[in-house]
Amino acid sequence: MNAIDTALTGKSAVKLISGNHACALGAIAAGCRFFAGYPITPSSEIAERLARRLPEVDGVFVQMEDEIASMAAVIGASMGGVKAMTATSGPGFSLKQENIGYAAGAEIPCVIVNVMRGGPSTGMPTRPSQADIMQARWGSHGDYPIIVLTPASVSEIYSETLRAFDLAEQCRSPVVLLYDQVIAQLSETVALDGAGHASATRKWASGPRAAYQPYDGGSDAIPAMARPGDGYRTHTTGLTHSESGFPTQQPEAVTRNLSRLFSKLERHRDLIDSSEALHCDDADVVIVAIGISARAATRAVEQCRAQGLRVGLFRPITFWPFPEKQLRQAAAKARAVLVPEMNTGQLRLVVERVLAGVAVEGLHLFSGEAITPSDIAARATALARGA
Amino acid sequence: MLIDTAADFDVRDYLRKEMMPHFLCPGCGHGIALRALLWAIHDLGLDKDRLAVVSGIGCAGRLSAYIDANTFHVTHGRPLAYATGLALARPDLHVVVITGDGDCLAIGGNHLIHACRRNLKLTCLMLNNEVYGMTGGQVSPTTSETRLTTTTPLGNQEPHFDACALATAAGAGFVGREVTHHVPKLKELIKAGLEHPGFAFVEVQSDCTEIFGRKNDMGSSSEMIMRQKSEIRPSAYLDTVDTPFRSNALPTGILARNDRPEYGATYRRAAAARKGAS
Repeated sequence: MNAIDTALTGKSAVKLISGNHACALGAIAAGCRFFAGYPITPSSEIAERLARRLPEVDGVFVQMEDEIASMAAVIGASMGGVKAMTATSGPGFSLKQENIGYAAGAEIPCVIVNVMRGGPSTGMPTRPSQADIMQARWGSHGDYPIIVLTPASVSEIYSETLRAFDLAEQCRSPVVLLYDQVIAQLSETVALDGAGHASATRKWASGPRAAYQPYDGGSDAIPAMARPGDGYRTHTTGLTHSESGFPTQQPEAVTRNLSRLFSKLERHRDLIDSSEALHCDDADVVIVAIGISARAATRAVEQCRAQGLRVGLFRPITFWPFPEKQLRQAAAKARAVLVPEMNTGQLRLVVERVLAGVAVEGLHLFSGEAITPSDIAARATALARGA
Repeated sequence: MLIDTAADFDVRDYLRKEMMPHFLCPGCGHGIALRALLWAIHDLGLDKDRLAVVSGIGCAGRLSAYIDANTFHVTHGRPLAYATGLALARPDLHVVVITGDGDCLAIGGNHLIHACRRNLKLTCLMLNNEVYGMTGGQVSPTTSETRLTTTTPLGNQEPHFDACALATAAGAGFVGREVTHHVPKLKELIKAGLEHPGFAFVEVQSDCTEIFGRKNDMGSSSEMIMRQKSEIRPSAYLDTVDTPFRSNALPTGILARNDRPEYGATYRRAAAARKGAS
């Protein structure tokens, strides 16, 4: 039985697979039936896996002419009511940004995988990085909300891919799955248990056409979407629109609808938030990290604890919206905070804002190498000893 | 032939009345093109619930909002890419793209040539008014040589694209051109495009009277439309392929046609065969 069979038959299996492979299997298990992409290292394995697997589940794979077209086709498929995904890396992620903003503004569910490889520009295509944290949040023009998930292991890539599709559908939002090249191409064992996953479905329009308002957020700020063919014949636009879906520049209507959009994710933080705190309760020093840096930090925490040092780890799994409350709680007793990351300080900037008044130190590596446990342990030890 | 010979066609049945009045300038040819499209849809009896219209940005891009169908006004230059995703995911829908010369040939040029090559069933209506009208009258890829625009104060020095020759060379299954002067012929051409099983590219020579015509002393809108009549040359498509940058005479009618297999059906057949074999 191959890995895909488990997704189809409902039987769970444990497999040794790479992060990108896990992402592709998670997507199939989540109900993704459309993928459009463009070749780019180090994410291409996701496209290659889905090119083989999607036709087996009556889905569609298409390699488009460029990164922009891939994002556009994914949104087009989702407008048709089909769960859709694309995968890319830094340069492609930059090119997709205008259309990601369209998906955010028109509220079209979709999943975008960005396997970070660093930059600027072409950067180091085969080396890891964590330098797209800010681009993932602020990459498109204008103000808009977006969900960004940062898994730290192969099995978490699998489970977070499932969650990415659920959140996209439930919140009618683009969801970015952001991970580094190390866990993308690292092989680990994964329990492929997603087949029994009750995937979330989009809120679809029902009732009489005359009473339907495509962008009326109702009681939960998330509008019901009209599926083409169901008789609603609605208009979708990237222009600012009123509840009717038609363009407007009327100040009250613009403010009302954009305010709902901007508040949409905040209202569903219980659904969206996810983070992990390890040994933070009594921690003098709290390390904040994501992805492979968090894996290294986990080992560093163990090493420090073995020496009797009170060091803990806080790990955002949902990165945007940032788990501010959870971080403040985890760092409540901390004298110092250490932020190891493979960039020049993007996560540190967030932590400094959230923990204003606490000493925050960065440990930044942008050489194309992963941060090691001993690098982190050395700094954490010094901080714990008050050096 | 009068437009009103369409006895059983009432354009209002296909328009969103709440979106009227429209915002096209007086004399703009795009309204004529829109009417011809809706007339063709009516003649073919297409179900509005199953009709999806995807449009880009610009004057042509605004037309989708006026059509009583499933309409998607997307990003600049990308309607063909959005439509590709929609049509692949929902083969039960009839997907029409409305785009302009800047949207389709400049910022979206890559998507056009690959849509032609891929041959997915889509009908692409490119309204060519030789100018970026929405942004105030800048030169476009189809602006004729020597024409004045806000960004060609010396007169346009760049040769312009022949969009139909480009689509033909890129392998489009159906290529045609018509002018807004000949509405019934335009309607028939769009109908043939809508009926084509693969990718159909229809260029509509439209007029921008307010911004382009005025700047170039081309007279009133009726004079601009009458000029079309003297400029066209219904002819075999081979002429345009041999001379991609057109002479003064504009070839019209169906300019290229082939029956290459439609991509969506081909993909689904290959997928079914693979499933059957495993």
